[in-house]
Amino acid sequence: MRLSRAEYKEIVRWTEKLRPTRRCMKILKDKFPSHSQSTLLSIFSLEYQKWIKRTFSRHHVPDVIESYYQRYLSEAKAQPTAPVLLELANEVDLSPALMARIILDRFLQGQDGGMPSKSVLNSMLKEPSLIPDQILASNVYQCTINDCCYGPLVDCIKHAIGHEHEVLLREKLKEKNLSFLDENHLRTMGYDKTPDIILEVPVAVEGHIVHWIESKASFGDDQSHQTYLNEQFWSYWNRFGPGLVIYWYGFIGELDCQRDRGILLKDCFPTDIVTLCHATQQDRSPESQNKDKE
Amino acid sequence: MAALLESLLSQKVDIIKVVEWLKSAGDEDKLSISELGLTVHKEEFVPFLLNFLREQSSQALTHGPATPAKTPSRPRPASASGGNGTRAASRVQLFSPSFVPASRPSGSERRGGQRIMLGDYMVSPPDFQHRRGGHYIDETGGRRSVRGGEGYGRIIEQVSPPSVGQLNFNNLEEFPPVGSSPISPAASKPTRRINPTPVSAERPRSKPKTCFTSTPFSKPSSPLSGVVPLEGSMTGGSSLSLQEERELLKKEKTKRAQQVGSPQPSSLEPCTPTKTVLKTGSKVTPEQQTTCPEPSKVTFSLELDLLVELYSTCISENLVPNIFLELFFVMQLLTSRSPHTHDDEQESLCAAHSHSGVQPVHNCVYFAVKVLENQFQLVAHLDKCTLRLLAENERVASFSPHLRDLLTQAQDKSTAKVTELYLSTFIHSVPFQPDTDNRSNFSSDKAFHIFKKQRDIFYEVLREWEDFHKEPGWNFDTALGNRIRGMMSQMTSAGNHSHFARLFLKQLIQMCKGPRVNSTSGDAPDADLLGMLGAEGLGRLKRLEERLIQPHGVVGPCSPPSFPGYQEFFRDFLQAASCCQLNQHLQDSLCQQLLQLDEVSILSPPASICERDKEEEEEDGDMEQQKQRFSSVLLLARLLAKFLGFISFLPYQTSEKPSREIQDTAIALRSKSVPVLDVCAVLRNSIRRRHTILTVPWLVEFLSMLDFIGPRLLCYRTTLGTLLLFACRKLVLDRCEEMCYLNKLLMVSVLGWLFQIPVIPEDIFFTSEFTEVAKVEESDINVAGLDCIPLVDQQLLYTCCPFLGEFRKLLAAFVSGSTAKSGGIIRKITPTSAELKDTPAAHRSQQKLQVDLEQAFFHNQPPSLRRTVEFVAERVGSNAVKHMKATLVNELVGRGEKMLRDGLGSPNSNPSKLNDSICAQLCDAGLEALARATRFCCEKSPEAIRILLPHETSPTVLATSENITKRLATEKACSWLSANITGNYIAVGPRTDKELPTGSQLLTLLQKVGETLSCRKVRQRETSVIKLHRIY
Repeated sequence: MRLSRAEYKEIVRWTEKLRPTRRCMKILKDKFPSHSQSTLLSIFSLEYQKWIKRTFSRHHVPDVIESYYQRYLSEAKAQPTAPVLLELANEVDLSPALMARIILDRFLQGQDGGMPSKSVLNSMLKEPSLIPDQILASNVYQCTINDCCYGPLVDCIKHAIGHEHEVLLREKLKEKNLSFLDENHLRTMGYDKTPDIILEVPVAVEGHIVHWIESKASFGDDQSHQTYLNEQFWSYWNRFGPGLVIYWYGFIGELDCQRDRGILLKDCFPTDIVTLCHATQQDRSPESQNKDKE
Repeated sequence: MAALLESLLSQKVDIIKVVEWLKSAGDEDKLSISELGLTVHKEEFVPFLLNFLREQSSQALTHGPATPAKTPSRPRPASASGGNGTRAASRVQLFSPSFVPASRPSGSERRGGQRIMLGDYMVSPPDFQHRRGGHYIDETGGRRSVRGGEGYGRIIEQVSPPSVGQLNFNNLEEFPPVGSSPISPAASKPTRRINPTPVSAERPRSKPKTCFTSTPFSKPSSPLSGVVPLEGSMTGGSSLSLQEERELLKKEKTKRAQQVGSPQPSSLEPCTPTKTVLKTGSKVTPEQQTTCPEPSKVTFSLELDLLVELYSTCISENLVPNIFLELFFVMQLLTSRSPHTHDDEQESLCAAHSHSGVQPVHNCVYFAVKVLENQFQLVAHLDKCTLRLLAENERVASFSPHLRDLLTQAQDKSTAKVTELYLSTFIHSVPFQPDTDNRSNFSSDKAFHIFKKQRDIFYEVLREWEDFHKEPGWNFDTALGNRIRGMMSQMTSAGNHSHFARLFLKQLIQMCKGPRVNSTSGDAPDADLLGMLGAEGLGRLKRLEERLIQPHGVVGPCSPPSFPGYQEFFRDFLQAASCCQLNQHLQDSLCQQLLQLDEVSILSPPASICERDKEEEEEDGDMEQQKQRFSSVLLLARLLAKFLGFISFLPYQTSEKPSREIQDTAIALRSKSVPVLDVCAVLRNSIRRRHTILTVPWLVEFLSMLDFIGPRLLCYRTTLGTLLLFACRKLVLDRCEEMCYLNKLLMVSVLGWLFQIPVIPEDIFFTSEFTEVAKVEESDINVAGLDCIPLVDQQLLYTCCPFLGEFRKLLAAFVSGSTAKSGGIIRKITPTSAELKDTPAAHRSQQKLQVDLEQAFFHNQPPSLRRTVEFVAERVGSNAVKHMKATLVNELVGRGEKMLRDGLGSPNSNPSKLNDSICAQLCDAGLEALARATRFCCEKSPEAIRILLPHETSPTVLATSENITKRLATEKACSWLSANITGNYIAVGPRTDKELPTGSQLLTLLQKVGETLSCRKVRQRETSVIKLHRIY
């Protein structure tokens, strides 16, 4: 879905009031019924991440962490079955999954004194049953499943969605009989930068030549698009020429301004594809003769 | 000198004798006329003549840029040789009654002053005098043999252009002849009447060394009628919005002027000293109250005729440094306006000759038209639009209806349009090729990863440049310098220079090879527009834009070397990087590529050459392709040579000409080291192998980058001298020798341009000293080189010499200026809304897309794939033609013969009708050839491709390659067949009733047809084409 910047800003304005909960997602959806849910969710997620990035440092200070931890300890003691950590996260405006991470981190430090390794921490977040403390385990679990922006679950979903769209893209290409090399091929050939797809024979989409296709299962907003441009899209252009980016969950329409420079944005697999057609060769040759005669 | 001219004009000396002398090749340098006791050298006489003409006409030429040839520019004839001769010669005031050179300071007077006349140093530059110990000849014309060397140095220093201020062109103080020193008190001699014009404040202290010819000036006093977008007289009932638009245009104009003028931070900027001049242009705003020239009012026609003959001979014999400059001068005369003559008591001095009513403009126009008539062959090679403007010029019509008719006819023959802008809608990057770019090509992981980043930074810098370089105040070095230098230092630590040099050069070629790609993304047309208008329409749009923004910017035919479009980026990049390692790698690579390109040999059997010249109307697919390839190789070589020159001479560039001492030291130093390219050997070799049409144009580009001292080094001096000799001996246009006219014209034109460049010493043209070191070896007669093939067409000529477009501008400016009175044509630009012409436009853009896709396909494939496809297409197409000739055509000819015999045998046969009907029938049958050839190509191409491409090629790539090959082969075969089968039947047939054939004639006719079809061409060119392929 291609949004104008004004539309996008309107949505962003609304997301500011929302928290990463299912209920909030419902509110957003009801507010903008004409937009697809995944677009709204993606925009929200991006906005929320930006907000968290801005505010996280506020929480990630030793004495603040300590105070959260102490509150958790006392409240968990009082109500062992209640989702105290989740409530705490909501209360202090921190992503529940991040809150769980902070508290778990603090808990592990308290257990053996040293800094726990990242992999241990990650595996415990993914699999709370590994956490030695039962109550903490259930609290962490509640946090991760109730956070739709952060946490191992969300990462997993994102990864799956990304993969799904790559598969989808490949299928569409096969359907259209367009042969291509994918990332894995390219790596083995020693390419230093690899888009998802390189077409063996370029096509034209809406009149623009396309050599490569990059699939992005997210919404293209200013910030992410700028980052992608610098780190990926221009690099692809620099090596393979013009190409196509598909933001499956839409993008800000105004960002699609580099078409003439070789970066085309779409929110779906394009329909207007022109391939090299040599079938019409017979029709073409008389024309060229006429031209020659003139 | 002057004595000779005077004797000629008074018919004491036979003009034929002098013309013969001028025509005689080099050895007969001196002309001795015993009756007069005169000995005259060619290299002295020619500049004297040129100066004389300019001097004589200086009054009339009040418009357009000055056309002083750098060498024989506009100095006064009197001073050119000084002494008594001058006085006598200039008594005849052929063009300008109000100017009396006799009253100029004589040579001896001037010696005291600071005025050094061009004529002086042209003949005997003090440098050489000193060095060569009195070689210089004093006895020839009263010139002084001793003169301060200082004068010479000064002249050259003054290369900076003037700002466009309030200049009065009539005033010789403001527009002094070349070589005169700037505002010097000695300049205004009491004897000479001039209107003292205060030097305006804006004028820079340094005078223009008008050598660079394109000194712009404007006459603010004159009404601005006819100049399209200027506000003022034409505004009529302008609405507010119109006014706004004008404002916008004005802003745009200023912006452009700034862009062109400002961003030259570096004093290293070697070769574009007149850059400001480039686009500022002079507005031709003729005065309204000018006299209308009339043939009946011409005076001194006898003398003028003599001058025409002398002048034309000089042009024809390549005795002038730049024939197009002379032609431009002539056209200026043609379009000159006579200002109201100052009533001048000095007229009395020439009272004997001047009638009271003499209007110089009549004589100017008479002279110009005569010269144009005389040089018609040259003129006829100008572009169609210029020819039309000339033909429509009312002065040409009234002075010579014959010339007008010739011009009208020539228009039809002139095929090429002025360079359509080649619009590459998309600038591609250099593709990543695993073969050369993956990890195994680097010494370490680190180097590989650093290069990955460098590639991205390079393009980032390029994009930023595209976006911002036209913004006012943007500075390359400030904005990008540090990033580039950072990249260079990383590169040094990683040792990636060779990789980067390759990327850099490939990108340079990618972006700049095409003829003048001046679109940067800022003004790059968007695809919709292109789709709507097509490339041609867009080219027109572009020109329209240019016209609106800078009307009539006539700058004269000698633009200084420049780096147009994207070339500017690459030049600035190298300057900002100033990385010697990179430069060395680039130099190595450029040299190698250039010499490789220069080695391209095209062999064409000499037999077909003469025949070919006469059959120009005949379209020949092979020939066309060959021309295209040649032009592509030539343009590439020119680009590479320019950058090789730029890099090689970069360390020596100075903004000012160094002093004599420094020069001598530098020459001594630099003569010890080996020059980057042995240009002498390259040139000699090329002349011997008759390869000059390729070599000379790129050598010129290389040499145009020389620094001030470069031309004095033996190797470059020799090369310049050789080029000069070569031009005089081998490139004389009128002589039908082994070389084709347009080939010669291109070389003459670029050489003329080279000799006008500031760093090339003024003396080179008119001195024998310079050429003494040079020799032109005879070319090897057994070698059939490129020179004898008509490879250059008008398109290529105009691409290589964009300054030829100045003629059109000059004439167009005249038209728009003179319309009010003569009812001429103002080409009004009426804006209309663009309409989408549905089907054709859509169709065209579809076709364009297909072509683009094909190009894009090759882009990411290894280069060998493209070479293979093109090679196979060439061969298969050619075979198809051969096959058709052997089978179908043979059969057709037989059938035709039989039909003819039968037809003639029948009782009341009408040969002409019979001919028609047979031709028609055979033509129809001939069409069958196309279908058959297509089948042939479609069958054979895939087989060959399959065998030649690597076994591992993916099926899709293989199929696409096969299809492209099929298409190319079919196109080649069919275009040849349609041109030579269907075309020739008609062409060979009778054209008028008078030509109606008899029976026997018809038989010969048929024979001819048979010959046409079965002979020629195909086999002969193959070899050469293939060779080109390999390189390219």
